[in-house]
Amino acid sequence: MRRPAAQYGGTGCRLERRERRQLLAEPDSAGRERKAARDVRYVDEYRSPDLALRLAEQIAGLVEPDRQYKLMEVCGGHTHTIYKHGVENLLPPAVDLIHGPGCPVCVIPMGRVDDAIALAERPNVIFTTFGDMMRVPGGNGSLLEAKARGADVRMVYSPLDALRIAREHPDREVVFFAIGFETTTPSTALTLLRARAEGIRNFFVFANHVTIIPAIRAILASPDLRLDGFIGPGHVSTVIGTVPYRFIARDHGKPLVVAGFEPLDVLQAAYMVMVQLAEGRSEIENQYSRVVRESGNARALEAIAETMELRTTFEWRGLGFISQSALKLRDDFADWDAELLYDVPGVRVADPKACQCGEVLKGVIKPWECKVFGTACTPEKPIGTCMVSSEGACAAYYNYGRFSRRLEPLTT
Amino acid sequence: MCLGIPGQIVDVVDPKHHIAKVEVSGVRRNVNVALLANGPDAVGIGDWVLIHVGFAMSKIDEAEAQATREFLEQLGAAYEEELRELHASSIE
Ligand code: SF4
Repeated sequence: MRRPAAQYGGTGCRLERRERRQLLAEPDSAGRERKAARDVRYVDEYRSPDLALRLAEQIAGLVEPDRQYKLMEVCGGHTHTIYKHGVENLLPPAVDLIHGPGCPVCVIPMGRVDDAIALAERPNVIFTTFGDMMRVPGGNGSLLEAKARGADVRMVYSPLDALRIAREHPDREVVFFAIGFETTTPSTALTLLRARAEGIRNFFVFANHVTIIPAIRAILASPDLRLDGFIGPGHVSTVIGTVPYRFIARDHGKPLVVAGFEPLDVLQAAYMVMVQLAEGRSEIENQYSRVVRESGNARALEAIAETMELRTTFEWRGLGFISQSALKLRDDFADWDAELLYDVPGVRVADPKACQCGEVLKGVIKPWECKVFGTACTPEKPIGTCMVSSEGACAAYYNYGRFSRRLEPLTT
Repeated sequence: MCLGIPGQIVDVVDPKHHIAKVEVSGVRRNVNVALLANGPDAVGIGDWVLIHVGFAMSKIDEAEAQATREFLEQLGAAYEEELRELHASSIE
């Protein structure tokens, strides 16, 4: 049974209507409101402030008295949307969004950054990386600092750009820093297949691809966090589909709704989770059906299986070692494997003492509960990875400046 | 980096390597469409796709997109209706 929002004292939202209207507007990183140059199909229609308010009101109507709800958005892309568009401020105080571990840059441990720098500093190497990784601090500085010291580090948008650089510079060794969840892994896989087909032998992959399911299992096993349900990854699910999440509903009795990345998508997914909770159901549902198919993408899974296999274990920042949670290249691709070809130091480096990225990634604390948030740690001079990537919770809070300092502890 | 961008396929550039030209907000770029080359989600000129690190990850299904929009609008309509009813009521 759905209750009208009015029953619990109005909308339950914390802001005036005018203020709320401004919230969904897309600000630039300085928080100023930006005017979209033109309508963007499949984007603008999921940003209507009116519909967002109505959804928020419907969510408020589902809140049971004296109950606090904790919904985890697994994916860093959702964290970004939530703060960029002020989604959290639309929700009733009883509904808390907890940020999960799905930020590919954030979970790379310090030691792997040092390995990347060691590769980048080899004399004949052109080291290629997504821009997000440039500022990530390792024990030995960042790639940006290595570049300033003279290493040939280049930002690329796609692994195919790295392959092009290898084609253009046959006398150099081009290493690609492959990071990301299942969303990004197929791109590396297809690039490797193309390198082999074209016989390009000066292109190498430093593989750091991780898998989302073991991370969700680790979160569910964590004793200090009580979650009511999940807003599930959108683009990871385009590849793996929705079937792998079933254990969450079946074995843990928690709903998960796969969601798109526009503010209305996230709100609708939160609404769908709340409806399940109100009706006592726990199922895997798909809000993002315009993009995600239940069975995922067969060709993408095939390309991954052809080029990569599970590592026995891999270290995640904050979550520690998780078995079978990352991929390495198969033996067939040994000739393209930077880790085999070069001697990477492989030294484990502990996170800086001040940094609580681990707790942030597990959803145990909110970014502003970290003692150095916004003071010693800022996007210009980040201490931890969560402050570097635009998908990191600390950076999202900092850039969009809309954190509401509700200080009740997140743990029970 | 995981957000992805919707774009429309406007040309096939290199069928052998599955390279197509897409238009995103007025800008045209080449992307790889190998993941959507065969099967029920095979794409062609005019289709909308979601792009991530230079690869088309998924074909955007207009019928599903429409269903989502309708759900949202109908949700709004139900709310308006309830509000009207509330205004009309005068319980004593
Ligand atoms: S504010 Fe900085 S130091 Fe604190 S948890 Fe976030 S990234 Fe780490």
